[in-house]
Amino acid sequence: MMIDRKINQQISSPEELANVAAEQLAWQAQYQHRVFVCMGTACQSVQSGAVLTALQAEIKSKARENECLVSPGGCQGNCASAPLVSVPEQDLLYQKVQLSDAEEIIEALAGKPVGRLLCDNKSDFFTMQNRVVTNHRGLLNPESIEDYIAAGGFSALLKALTDFTPEAVVQELQKSGLRGRGGAGYPTGLKWSTVAKTRAEQRYVICNADEGDPGAFMNRSVLEDYPFRVLEGMAIAAYAVGASKGYVYVRAEYPLAVERVTKAIRNAEKHGLLGNKIGSMSFDFQVEIRLGAGAFVCGEETALISSIEGGKGLPCPRPPYPAESGLWGMPTLINNVETFANVVPIISGGAEKYATIGTPTSKGTKTFALSGSIMNTGLVEVPLGTSLRKMIFDIGGGVPDGHKFKAVQTGGPAGGCIPEEHLDATIDYETLMELGSFMGSGGMIVMDDSSCMVDVAKFFMQFCAAESCGKCVPCRVGTAHMHDMLDRITKGEGTMEELGQLESLCDVVKFTSLCGLGQGAPNPVLSTLRFFKGEYLAHIVGHTCPAGVCAPVGQDIRRPTCAL
Amino acid sequence: MSVRTRAARKNVAVKAPSDDKRWSIVAAVMRKHGSAQSALIETLHSVQSTFGYLDDTALAFVAHSLRIPLSKVYGVATFYSHFRLKPQGKHNCVICMGTACYIKGSARLLQRIDQKYGLKVGDTTRDNQFSLLEARCLGACGIAPAGIFDGRVLGNLASPLVESQLDNWLAESQQNEPKLP
Ligand SMILES: Cc1cc2nc3c(=O)[nH]c(=O)nc-3n(C[C@H](O)[C@H](O)[C@H](O)COP(=O)(O)O)c2cc1C
Ligand code: FES
Repeated sequence: MMIDRKINQQISSPEELANVAAEQLAWQAQYQHRVFVCMGTACQSVQSGAVLTALQAEIKSKARENECLVSPGGCQGNCASAPLVSVPEQDLLYQKVQLSDAEEIIEALAGKPVGRLLCDNKSDFFTMQNRVVTNHRGLLNPESIEDYIAAGGFSALLKALTDFTPEAVVQELQKSGLRGRGGAGYPTGLKWSTVAKTRAEQRYVICNADEGDPGAFMNRSVLEDYPFRVLEGMAIAAYAVGASKGYVYVRAEYPLAVERVTKAIRNAEKHGLLGNKIGSMSFDFQVEIRLGAGAFVCGEETALISSIEGGKGLPCPRPPYPAESGLWGMPTLINNVETFANVVPIISGGAEKYATIGTPTSKGTKTFALSGSIMNTGLVEVPLGTSLRKMIFDIGGGVPDGHKFKAVQTGGPAGGCIPEEHLDATIDYETLMELGSFMGSGGMIVMDDSSCMVDVAKFFMQFCAAESCGKCVPCRVGTAHMHDMLDRITKGEGTMEELGQLESLCDVVKFTSLCGLGQGAPNPVLSTLRFFKGEYLAHIVGHTCPAGVCAPVGQDIRRPTCAL
Repeated sequence: MSVRTRAARKNVAVKAPSDDKRWSIVAAVMRKHGSAQSALIETLHSVQSTFGYLDDTALAFVAHSLRIPLSKVYGVATFYSHFRLKPQGKHNCVICMGTACYIKGSARLLQRIDQKYGLKVGDTTRDNQFSLLEARCLGACGIAPAGIFDGRVLGNLASPLVESQLDNWLAESQQNEPKLP
């Protein structure tokens, strides 16, 4: 059975690319029915690989190989209903598919859908999203460069190379209003122009795929589902800033992403879309992959650079910014995975069109990972400017099991917890900052009344204390000290005087730490103090934990309780 | 050290610590990077994926081959939490302690494992059957609490599920135990 079609030729012009795309589309069109099985992490954890094999075997046993094609696909978003199987021509999505369902699904391809497996893909979860970065909605075999090309892939790169000067690409990015998706939201076009303006023989492009924020997996999904698109975005960036070498720095915890990107690099090189003389033009761009090794601080750009250089991931004071002096002292462009993935739609659809999405200062869409106490956990993409309420209650389906919403945590360990009364705030860089939180890379963890906010603050402080690289004193000592203070509060040993000390220590660490890790570490404490001070007081004055985490509700938290 | 200076001067490969064929995998990784000092982390990854952990011999070999002071190699190996300097059990269980998993009760899973098996994070069972590790976030937050059992990600973990997996591993060791005459 031929499951994949492989081409072997070099692609050296937009015309050739269009031909390859047309041929692949024609090949796909000979199949009356196409089925995609999600191969994301959540689906794989419940055997979607075996479901794929079962569906393929079923087609074979019914001798329908010439009319049906079952392919691996990408994340559909609603991970809570894994494993997911989609049938695009019928516009159907099947959820919680078992191996034994294979026969029925294949049987139903031409007729009535299998009702009991249907997932309502017209629900708010799907209709309220706006997919730009994940526009293929998982209906693309992530390992097939042919399918990517058929879906319009690499046309943005060849368009940039043939129709745009490097300066024009930078201008297009500036016009689009795209801001970095790695956290701080620095204007991407401006960063590119800084790198492009430097005088140097060698420049580098780095894709930051370290995704260290716990509770965030958007970069992972984008890399796993659209590896070619991230590479295409990097190549366009390299052309724009005049770089000939690039690195993708991926964390080692993402083996599937590492595998997919490695294969994608090799595949793109084979077809002349990466490597030397891309598109037969005098543009070279080699990409290599580098593995992280489990250090959160390596997501920080200067620490990441020292890690690529083979050393400990210790950050350096900025300036100089990597844009002027980065990898091996050369000008280096460093952007997040999602930032690069956004470049492709900007170049192919035009900056004006892109800039129509979002708010005046935050353009475009953003992917978010919804998790915690929420019905529809998974990956979603919405225009910036969407309200938190819409995100959590309409798209996310609200809090399950009769619990009550308490807070949503955004921005990872440098972020904050936003309470119910601010749910009408919109998701954009400025608003989140005003609320004492942070866009971060896009994790959104919903907490209900069973979470203790002091305990949550302690959790993040423990994280920062453990991940502090130890280079600067405020962060190394301050985080450990703040953790101790929070620990004492959760045990009912804190005093009001100490609470005051905690607040002033937050200030010291925030304003004197060397890098973003220490500067952001006090945020979870400051934001819980701002919105949930009552819970701190309950622990300190009343010696109780209202959520029943530090001790069962109503019990004195000072008394040692038997665990479980 | 004579080995080091000789290798450095002649730029020849340092002799592997033993005849173990697996060293050639490590040597190949260093060669691929032109034995540059920047290949240190990549090389340590290859040692760990081949041998399971980094022992003193391996660290010294890498230091000599890449001409990096052993102290720096040791510094890098201990800076990154992914690198392990102790041998690991035959199987391994990683429980995610990231935010989403924590909110969904992964700390209670660890507590329960400690109670039942007397194992804390980083420990290995006495019969070397399995090691218990924790992770910062597995990127499987949609199915929190999540864990990895011998490379396989499992989600929506509850104590009975975790225990049945761990019990299986322990039973396996008892089966293989040589019968006393
Ligand atoms: C402690 C710390 C961790 C970070 N982790 C990440 C990360 O995991 N991924 C990321 O893209 N950026 C991370 N950043 C931000 C990067 O330093 C950098 O700003 C970003 O990669 C720039 O890309 P962008 O302009 O596309 O957002 C982190 C920053 C700090 C201070
Ligand atoms: S927090 Fe556990 S998988 Fe992300």
